Amino acid sequence: MSGKTLFDKVWDDHVVVPETPDTPAVFYIDLHIVHEVTTPQAFNMLRDNGWPVRRPDLMLATMDHSTPTVPVPADDLSVLDDPAVSDPEPAQQIRQMITNCDEFGIKLHGFGAEHRGIVHVIGPEIGATQPGKTIVCGDSHSSTHGAFGAMGFGIGATMVGHVMASTCLLMRKPKSMAVNVTGELKPGVSAKDIILALIGKIGVDGGTGHVIEYRGETIEKLNMEERMTICNMSIEAGARAGMIAPDDTTFEYMKGREQAPQGADWDAAVERWKALATDPGASFDKEVDLDVSELEPQVTYGTNPAMVVPISKPVPNPAGNASFQKSIDYMQVEADKPMLGTKVDVVFVGSCTNSRMTDLRNVAKILDGKKVADSVRMMIVPGSEAVKKKAEAEGLHEIYQAAGAEWREAGCSMCLGMNSDKLGKGQLCVSTSNRNFEGRQGPGGRTVLASPETATASAIAGVIADPREVI
Amino acid sequence: MEKITQLTSKTIVLPIDDVDTDQIVPARFLTTTQREGIGVSLFADWRFDKDGNAIEDFPLNAPEAKDSKILVAGRNFGCGSSREHAPWAIHDFGIRAVISSEIADIFRNNSLNNGLVPVVVDEDTHKWLLDNPGAEVTVDVDALEVTLPDGKKVSFEIEPFARHCILEGIDQMGFLRQSIPTIEEFEKNRSWQP
Repeated sequence: MSGKTLFDKVWDDHVVVPETPDTPAVFYIDLHIVHEVTTPQAFNMLRDNGWPVRRPDLMLATMDHSTPTVPVPADDLSVLDDPAVSDPEPAQQIRQMITNCDEFGIKLHGFGAEHRGIVHVIGPEIGATQPGKTIVCGDSHSSTHGAFGAMGFGIGATMVGHVMASTCLLMRKPKSMAVNVTGELKPGVSAKDIILALIGKIGVDGGTGHVIEYRGETIEKLNMEERMTICNMSIEAGARAGMIAPDDTTFEYMKGREQAPQGADWDAAVERWKALATDPGASFDKEVDLDVSELEPQVTYGTNPAMVVPISKPVPNPAGNASFQKSIDYMQVEADKPMLGTKVDVVFVGSCTNSRMTDLRNVAKILDGKKVADSVRMMIVPGSEAVKKKAEAEGLHEIYQAAGAEWREAGCSMCLGMNSDKLGKGQLCVSTSNRNFEGRQGPGGRTVLASPETATASAIAGVIADPREVI
Repeated sequence: MEKITQLTSKTIVLPIDDVDTDQIVPARFLTTTQREGIGVSLFADWRFDKDGNAIEDFPLNAPEAKDSKILVAGRNFGCGSSREHAPWAIHDFGIRAVISSEIADIFRNNSLNNGLVPVVVDEDTHKWLLDNPGAEVTVDVDALEVTLPDGKKVSFEIEPFARHCILEGIDQMGFLRQSIPTIEEFEKNRSWQP
């Protein structure tokens, strides 16, 4: 091999103790993002041992998963005791997070803070997500941060404790995989469709054991928020992380953000970041090519993100595969028929995959002057309080509300059924989130993953609809 | 963590591919701030109907499942979220090893940190195990072998340090804590600071 990949460079820069046949590497973590759900047990472990959080200055803390999407005043959390707003357990988890951050000296972006929101939205927004950093969070969608040329990956609660106590993890170096994306996207087709099509092609385990680098002319033309959508769902292909080389688009997006380097430090940082791109001649353990020039909007039909079809094409036939049959039976979907025209109960626009300004603007463009079908509940949930403010400054919320959609407070919301936003049994939701697992959005709920454009077209039609017909 | 050298048990078989962690522990159970007692949520929506009654034909509800230490599952077990509640719940149920032809990365790491042995075997062995629920097998962490009822031995791999920790019943934190002086040195000598 001549030359190093982007991932090789980031990896090498963080090895504190190299791996040996008997021991993994001690691997340094530059940014540890924490939220209320996957940290209580880690804080307990530190407390039980009398250990401090070693580098609270390298942490970014917020609350997003179990928070309600109605207003919660920062100085009065009693609204959480209203059963219509929150169950007692998530309310307790939220209060515990406030106590834990206070006790361990971690700055918490809590209710009312400008940058409270979904962990993978606020990291980039505040400028803490930077090229070349290693970024972890007790959340598998940490791969999102790879859009900046960082190495972001999800970890469990024990490893959350490891990073809190030592600023490091024990790791073996994963393998590398290049995904080369070429071709120009047609109108109505977006970054979400690219990543869904890729997962459909390589499978939910196609990236297992690998760090993906997304490359090629199509990726280079995407804006940062579109790149985040792609990197976000790397885990849905089983990959450890997904990365994109930082370029002028990256630097332009970051410049001036609160935690981004300033002045002379900025110039030095940009020089360092420019050197991160994969060297010509560097090789990957695996390569996949994807031509998107003829790509259609994608929709899932089953209970994992690889069970996906172009919107005009029929659902495949299970042909005796029991797991496949179980999945489409759960979804109440018929083989050999397209998903187009399937009745929709709920449309959810939000989640760490699609809740940023690009997504919200694209939704508003389609929804402007139209009405959400009477039979559909459409929820639009911004990724952070800052995104909410910005969208409102642009008047997007007025377009949504005039169309009959709900405009809610920032949070993970209906992406996962652990706050008050849940699907009812049997309801079908066209969702811009990342997982269509059984019951993911509420017990018995049925999820169809799609782009914000497809979700919005479906909200207007009341059935799964092709966004190319309404743009 | 308890030491594990060798496990011998009849298997429970869950013949479904791509079992995700939302099935292993649905998100609504993640609101706990503790790790004890999470076993009740294991496969909650597959084990119980909406009134909380056990669904009889679900493999974990079979009377013999209570005494089993080994779960055989379809390909790509544990995909999806990073919730450590998944291995906690499986461990709490009494299971100490999961055998599949592929196990998702984050779930595998989380399992190793909690005394749940992830065992990846070849496709043929996997198929045989799926087709023979209740077979008595031995998982030997020391020899890195699975012994089938006919005496046939099949090898598997575990990251060597994680295997050492399981055999000794220790967690990985000790190694990291010992490394703190080296970590401090690394921080001082970096060409840039995060």
